[in-house]
Amino acid sequence: MAASDRLNGDVILDVNDISLAFGGVKALENVSFDVRAGEIRAIIGPNGAGKSSMLNVINGFYHPQDGEITYKGKTRKQMRSHEAAAQGIARTFQNIALFKGMTTLDNIMTGRNLKMRVNLFLQALHIGPARREEMEHRAFVERIIDFLEIQSIRKTPVGRLPYGLQKRVELGRALAAEPDLLLLDEPMAGMNTEEKEDMCRFILDVNDEFGTTIVLIEHDMGVVMDISDRVVVLDYGRKIADGSPDEVRANKEVIDAYLGVAHD
Amino acid sequence: MELLNAVFIAPFVDMWEFPAFFIEVVITGLLTGVLYSLVALGFVLIFKASGVFNFSQGAMVLFAALTLVGLMEKGVPVWLALILTMLVMIALAFAVERLMLRPLVNQDHIILFMATIGLTFFLEGFGETLWGSNVKRLDVGIPNESFEIHGVLLNQFDLFAAAIGAVLVAGLAIFFHKTPVGRALRAVADDHQAAMSVGIPLKTIWIIVWSVAGIVAMVAGIMWGAKSGVQFSLSLIALKALPVLILGGFTSVPGAIVGGLIIGVGEKVAEIYWGPLVGGAIENWFAYVLALAFLLYRPQGLFGEKIIERV
Amino acid sequence: MLYREAGQFKTSYAADQAMFPIVQDRWFILALLLVAYLVVPFTANEYWLQAVLIPFLVFSMAAIGLNLLTGYAGQLSLGTGAFMAVGAYSTYKLITAFPDLNVIVAFLIAGVITAGVGLVFGVPSLRIKGFYLAVATLAAQFFLSWMFNKVPWFYNYSPSGTITTPPRTVFGVMVTGPEATAEVRYLVALTLVAVLALAAKNLVRSRIGRSWMAIRDMDIAAEIIGFRPMQTKLTAFAVSSFYCGVAGAMMLCLWLGSAETEAFDINVSFQVLFMVIIGGLGSILGSFLGAAFIILVPVFLTNAPQLFGIAMATDTQKHLEVMIFGGLIVFFLIVEPRGFAQLWQIAKEKLRIWPFPY
Repeated sequence: MAASDRLNGDVILDVNDISLAFGGVKALENVSFDVRAGEIRAIIGPNGAGKSSMLNVINGFYHPQDGEITYKGKTRKQMRSHEAAAQGIARTFQNIALFKGMTTLDNIMTGRNLKMRVNLFLQALHIGPARREEMEHRAFVERIIDFLEIQSIRKTPVGRLPYGLQKRVELGRALAAEPDLLLLDEPMAGMNTEEKEDMCRFILDVNDEFGTTIVLIEHDMGVVMDISDRVVVLDYGRKIADGSPDEVRANKEVIDAYLGVAHD
Repeated sequence: MELLNAVFIAPFVDMWEFPAFFIEVVITGLLTGVLYSLVALGFVLIFKASGVFNFSQGAMVLFAALTLVGLMEKGVPVWLALILTMLVMIALAFAVERLMLRPLVNQDHIILFMATIGLTFFLEGFGETLWGSNVKRLDVGIPNESFEIHGVLLNQFDLFAAAIGAVLVAGLAIFFHKTPVGRALRAVADDHQAAMSVGIPLKTIWIIVWSVAGIVAMVAGIMWGAKSGVQFSLSLIALKALPVLILGGFTSVPGAIVGGLIIGVGEKVAEIYWGPLVGGAIENWFAYVLALAFLLYRPQGLFGEKIIERV
Repeated sequence: MLYREAGQFKTSYAADQAMFPIVQDRWFILALLLVAYLVVPFTANEYWLQAVLIPFLVFSMAAIGLNLLTGYAGQLSLGTGAFMAVGAYSTYKLITAFPDLNVIVAFLIAGVITAGVGLVFGVPSLRIKGFYLAVATLAAQFFLSWMFNKVPWFYNYSPSGTITTPPRTVFGVMVTGPEATAEVRYLVALTLVAVLALAAKNLVRSRIGRSWMAIRDMDIAAEIIGFRPMQTKLTAFAVSSFYCGVAGAMMLCLWLGSAETEAFDINVSFQVLFMVIIGGLGSILGSFLGAAFIILVPVFLTNAPQLFGIAMATDTQKHLEVMIFGGLIVFFLIVEPRGFAQLWQIAKEKLRIWPFPY
């Protein structure tokens, strides 16, 4: 698999000198890196390194004290989360943030929310434009359901699904928004080998077919090395390496961080 | 112009020119506030220890008062009636734990809340079935004469009530923070599972806490009942306790006190000085609007814990 | 055997997303409507219409309103009574000020006015959540109650403070006032409820319904996906208040005929909340079931002693009623916290495979 063969375009996301602290705890310190359009970028690092916080900053959930983010050419200090969504950023969460009270189908349909325009009254009557819009989006969502091979659990309330399937549904919801930038927070966590292979396949297919830029946090080194184009390594909130998977793998600081060698 | 004067100037001029009266109003408000605090205290206890928002606290006040008066009317001497009522409230705690809390142990908070509303109806109906619903006089022998200090009119009973309130609060504060049982209660309030895993018996804790709340309800019932007669409207006090809890936070004992006092004084002052402008009865809604305004500024109340959301 | 879905394959998304996808359900609803329209008016007596069916319709409307807000959008509200009052008083002012105004139109306008009020009192929900929000809605409840009591303009300066519906006709038939027959009032209420319930069912399965449920289930994630919390919550308050307002108007004009502010007090708010919880949060059907339960139980309890031949003082009976009512609520909450709607679902599941056990 020639991950590095893929054509990578211009920088779509530029993280510049981001610092984030909660009270006295520094989650991120002067972190900078860029992401090119169409690439798969992995963020790795030991637990507590600040990886999830980084994603949260990118999609506007946390607001950094310092630094700025340039996304699609626009630089800003902070963004509200629904603005990020409107700009084409979608994500999945470490602890699965599905809407437990709704079915798989409804959950993925919520991902289409920003594309739906018809007003309240027409929705109440469910005729004409409201109906057509609903059917259009249903058709799109069904394609995603096909793609992710979750047809049989369409109408199941997601609260009842096993963990691995929930993660897949969450991916579906993120895909439904047709994002330009997809942030995945530990998409393989808690999965067995087969499930991981499936998930890898989905991620690569999404990147291949739609050209979606993907930033993912992952602990499984095999996965990271296999599918990512470039890797950022964080430790204690600071960036300690940045480059191709091979470069990073050989980096002494990275090895130390994972093996727990004492810091100064 | 006249309206502006009436709202923003005249009341304050009044307060300044007749300070004795103003102080009386404040003191009356404070004393009502103490009574609110007592009821709110019951809420806080139960919420702190079981995470249940016990709407029936007001009904418990009524039920305790009804039982006490009922026994006294049958000729039981005061001291015995008090003890018997306490036992009844403890028995009630057992029943509630066994029949209501245990079956609902893992449910959503709203379900438990609704169950306590059901309990409210049940207690009201039960109490009135047993003892009848006429307004009853309650006399436990607390002196009730008025006297003057520096031109300010005070009442022995009110002072007594305030003193009782203070003692109760101090006692509970010590209980929570200095005794092992108190510590266990706080553990349970924090995390049921964790508390169980260190061997704290949930059931016992709940019984203890509901019993204590029941006794607090009894004290509140005596105070209110002696002041204004034991009647159905006592249970509506539960609703008034809600703004108190908003101000003070749902889990703070000192908060319940401070909240109660602020609401008590605020209500009274508003009613006396601004009430006449709009036809009176501001007391019906003032506390809630005050709580609402407060919430907008500080959603977790004066003493509540700030909620941090994580994804 | 009776209820099997086997063989009912949907060949289009439209069919799959239909309101009642199972054919048997569709027949059932149709039958229900036919009975309601054609059989009931001719067979039910005055007592049943006035004391049971019409209030059932009124409260179903209110329960749907509250369910949209609390069950679907997750915003706990204790102000239902006040919103019903807004609907009632608005209707009263409208039809007394504009005698030629069609009374049904007046209901709808009153609903819109209530939606506006609901919007205002919904603003705190943007900052405040859960029980705190419930207390904030209490502010609405008590303040509005007080206002309708104290400001004479609302009851047209009548000395008693009561508002009474003047007689009004629709298409020549007397609909409100002392001459309007119970049958006519029942049919008007039935139509209103049927139409608005249909609209509600449409709303909850389209984008707006999903946005409400998303905010309810996980408002942080919802915002990250792009739902705007402010718009979603305010829409929930507005739509819910519309329904409650229409319910209040119906209560005044089609059921009671006249009312004072006590008719819309905090007890009503609790009653409707009970209906929604016992019936099932997040279910339109649940709103109906809950309303039926809360209406029927007191009627049953009031009449039961006669049925069983027991004589009882009215006082004691009232107290016992309250006690049993409270007990039943706790009982049903224990048995099925997700309400009658859930019990109904379970029954349907069993029916599906009947006569097999599983």
